[in-house]
Amino acid sequence: MSGSRAGASEAIRVEGLRKSFGAHEVLKGVSLTAHEGDVVAIIGGSGSGKSTMLRCINFLETPSAGRIVIGGEEVAMRADGSVADRRQIERLRQSLGMVFQQFNLWTHRTILENLVEVPVHVLHQPRAEAEARAQRLLARVGLAEKADAYPAFLSGGQQQRAAIARALCMEPRAMLFDEPTSALDPELVGEVLAVIRDLAAEGRTMILVTHEMKFAREVASHVIYLHNGVVEEEGPPDALFGAPKSERLKQFLKSVG
Amino acid sequence: MRNFWLPHRIVMAALGVAVLIWCVLTLRWDWLPNYLGLAAMGIWRTIWLLVLSLVLGMMLAIPLGLAQAAGPRWLAWPARGFCTVIRGTPLLLQLWLLYYGLGSLFPTIPWIRQSDLWPILRQAWPYGLLALTLSFAGYEGEVMRGAFRGVVKGQIEAATAMGMPRLTLLRRIWLPQALHRALPTLGGETVLQLKATPLVATITVVDIYAVAGRVRQDTFITYEPLLLLAVVYMAITGIIVLLFRHFERRLPSRVA
Repeated sequence: MSGSRAGASEAIRVEGLRKSFGAHEVLKGVSLTAHEGDVVAIIGGSGSGKSTMLRCINFLETPSAGRIVIGGEEVAMRADGSVADRRQIERLRQSLGMVFQQFNLWTHRTILENLVEVPVHVLHQPRAEAEARAQRLLARVGLAEKADAYPAFLSGGQQQRAAIARALCMEPRAMLFDEPTSALDPELVGEVLAVIRDLAAEGRTMILVTHEMKFAREVASHVIYLHNGVVEEEGPPDALFGAPKSERLKQFLKSVG
Repeated sequence: MRNFWLPHRIVMAALGVAVLIWCVLTLRWDWLPNYLGLAAMGIWRTIWLLVLSLVLGMMLAIPLGLAQAAGPRWLAWPARGFCTVIRGTPLLLQLWLLYYGLGSLFPTIPWIRQSDLWPILRQAWPYGLLALTLSFAGYEGEVMRGAFRGVVKGQIEAATAMGMPRLTLLRRIWLPQALHRALPTLGGETVLQLKATPLVATITVVDIYAVAGRVRQDTFITYEPLLLLAVVYMAITGIIVLLFRHFERRLPSRVA
């Protein structure tokens, strides 16, 4: 890998990221840097581009312009923003554990099979080893007894915890959370946040798109406020939530309570 | 088993037995022992034509469906064209076009006549199998198009986000989920395919349907062979229905 010494502790860097859907420009040149152990929270109203920004990092959305550097390795892009080297992006995606709003556990496989699917069938790790790791992770998120259940038989909160375990089973360099609690019933939000808090506490690098302001303030080391596709304000959580400078952020914080 | 013998089922069973006894006693079955061997061969031929055309047809239908659901335009359009032509014309016509068309074209091409395949190509069944296969592929290509499209986007995104290569994704996630969705439809289509097989009798393939015709020609007995033929088709249909019910039961619940 081509990581320079200066960037050794840099996990993810996004520079001048732009993204348009047709004539509508959703991201108008946003940047972000997450060092190892950082927890970067991205907040903003709906339509601010925060999910799109996260999804551009692992190229679930194809950026229109900009640079994305993961672990010191820049993703090779063509002039139109599309991936130049499919193998490269597949390898880099394996180092980024993504957690979706809708969980997206594979419905035709049990929870354990969901966890070992990629380690066994893509990374060709020995099944026994992958399953042992999966069982440990399931125990850690409190789902040891659900290993052989199908996703449909789990509650939303359980499914999301399983999805987090599935991402962890890849032993990723960083975790990407895309509104992980937005599809959950209010009483199930806590159990998922507890797992994420636990990961933050062990020093995992995470980028987190969230509507949970209290949680963002509590776990984040850096907060980015997006508005209309630009970074309106960013900084440490206490500064951003305690003393917002921009008028828009003040209003946003007031409106979300 | 005790729950099975409810009053209405007892009445139905009694009626069925009565009809069977009436058929055995009043109709002519003396021809049957002479034709048992031929009938068995006919059933065997019907079944392997069905099974082979299902398997080969599905192997074509999956790429046909995938091309239409997610392929580039230069693949999607020919696939859609193929499905439209197959579904827009009678199977009997396709069968005859292949048998009388290809079947009369091949003998005029020297290298085909001299090839090792010629002993097979000069028979009728390859054209019957080809027509049945293409027909099934045309209909199921359309079914699979819908099934591939119907798989929830997040299921595929989750695999993409974990760096799963596209072919692995198709094999491990997309195709299994599409097949699960399509399974009830495929069960019905398989039954329809069974009942399309007798058409091969029109190009001299001796399936079970052709055997019934042979009995009528030889003995001038019409009704009894046809009755037995109906029972045979119903029995095979029953087996297909039970098989698919078994498959569907084994699927994990898909409620998200």
